[in-house]
Amino acid sequence: MVKNTDSNAYTVLFAIGMVIVVGSLLAFTASYFNPTISLNKKLEKQQNILFAMGVNEGTLTNDDDDVNNFIPTDKVTSEFAKYITKQLVIEGDKVTEDSLAYLIDLKKEKELAKNPSYTRRLPLFIGEKDGEMFYIVPMRGSGLWDAIWGFMALNKDLETVKGVFFDHKGETPGLGSNIKEPFFMDDFAGEYIFSNNEFKGINVAKGNADPKNEDKTDNEVDAIAGATITGNGVAAMIKKDLALYLPYFNTIKE
Amino acid sequence: MAEVAEQEKIVKAPKEPLFSKKNRKLITDPLTDNNPITIQVLGICSALAITAELKASIVMTISVLFVLGVGNVVISLMRNIIPSKIRIIVQLVVVATLVIIVDLVLKAFAYELSKTLSVFVGLIITNCIIMGRFEAFALANSPWKSFLDGIGNAAGYGAILIIVGFFRELLGSGTLLGFKMLGDPIDKTGLYALGYENNGFMLLSPMALIVVGLIIWVQRSRNLALIEEE
Repeated sequence: MVKNTDSNAYTVLFAIGMVIVVGSLLAFTASYFNPTISLNKKLEKQQNILFAMGVNEGTLTNDDDDVNNFIPTDKVTSEFAKYITKQLVIEGDKVTEDSLAYLIDLKKEKELAKNPSYTRRLPLFIGEKDGEMFYIVPMRGSGLWDAIWGFMALNKDLETVKGVFFDHKGETPGLGSNIKEPFFMDDFAGEYIFSNNEFKGINVAKGNADPKNEDKTDNEVDAIAGATITGNGVAAMIKKDLALYLPYFNTIKE
Repeated sequence: MAEVAEQEKIVKAPKEPLFSKKNRKLITDPLTDNNPITIQVLGICSALAITAELKASIVMTISVLFVLGVGNVVISLMRNIIPSKIRIIVQLVVVATLVIIVDLVLKAFAYELSKTLSVFVGLIITNCIIMGRFEAFALANSPWKSFLDGIGNAAGYGAILIIVGFFRELLGSGTLLGFKMLGDPIDKTGLYALGYENNGFMLLSPMALIVVGLIIWVQRSRNLALIEEE
């Protein structure tokens, strides 16, 4: 039936046809699923923010087995509204309230901030659980292969960590990808980000002689074996992005 | 590779039963005597990269099963109209399209799973077992045979991945699928109370190569026919 599949004309026509078919197929699929995907991403962000301040499935079910799971997607919007009392946007000295601050794209803001005349918009979330107040700071940096990001909830003293959540785009499975595992994230709870009134952040240290993480004032957590660069990326991200908020923290501490 | 391709250009027999002996061999061969990793030494890159834990090995196995099974059928259906000059590009486009569509569907309906998978997507496209099977088998055989061949090879690849992942996670982290199997290394319970330590080296890629080497050794000493003559 097919005459000559080796002729140049046929090859070119086939290539063009293939590109059109595949291109439109992918474009159609992508735009068809786009609304669902962006909704998923939005809900995920809410889950991540709540997780950092210690609101998880266990909060709803009162079951300790569920504390490492997110709030289910069907309940997250109402829980988010319940626990996150305020969302602030910090622009230099100006602080405004914005209920959509959690949708601010840190990547875009980082790009824009390369221009010195641009004042970066910094989102900050204030959460309240069992009468305690937390400040939740979003952060973004780079790991070994690609972007890493996360949220850090600080206690009201603005010196100790309540909890963290980390995620990554493409760190090595089984090694760098473990930054989103509870055994790593749990180590941050209670750590001090200051040492003798000097801002230190939290270092991800190899061989810190404290693998059980009993010393919370050393500004260090134990690193993951085989994931040195991802760990360094986490430490750098915490230090760099928390530092952006220090001027504002100083104004509310006084 | 060329030799393998020749062997597999089976002459079309009219009205063969779906699971004839020959067809069954398409599935069982890659699991044993013609394993893509241990015999053909393909797909080594991803086998080293992702086998630090068992879960990742299993997810990768399922993804490759799907992509290779469906991809082989698609290529086989188009085998008479693909211009030979650009056949490699056509094969790449088929793999990439399949993988992207799967990724989008997962992102929309199984977001959690797609997050686990995301990093594998690139690795699936570049897995040379897939291109190898398209080129050596699907371009010359009927869709049903190609499907069996795809499933067989993906399973053969996955079997090795799971074996390597099992040993690396167990000896490297003392866990399986995240569950502590040997006790708690920090509180020194179970085996650790006796002075056992996790071998952190197992988590690094060189050990995957050594484990694959050991599997090849075992396989060849059990089946001497696999040893090449000088």
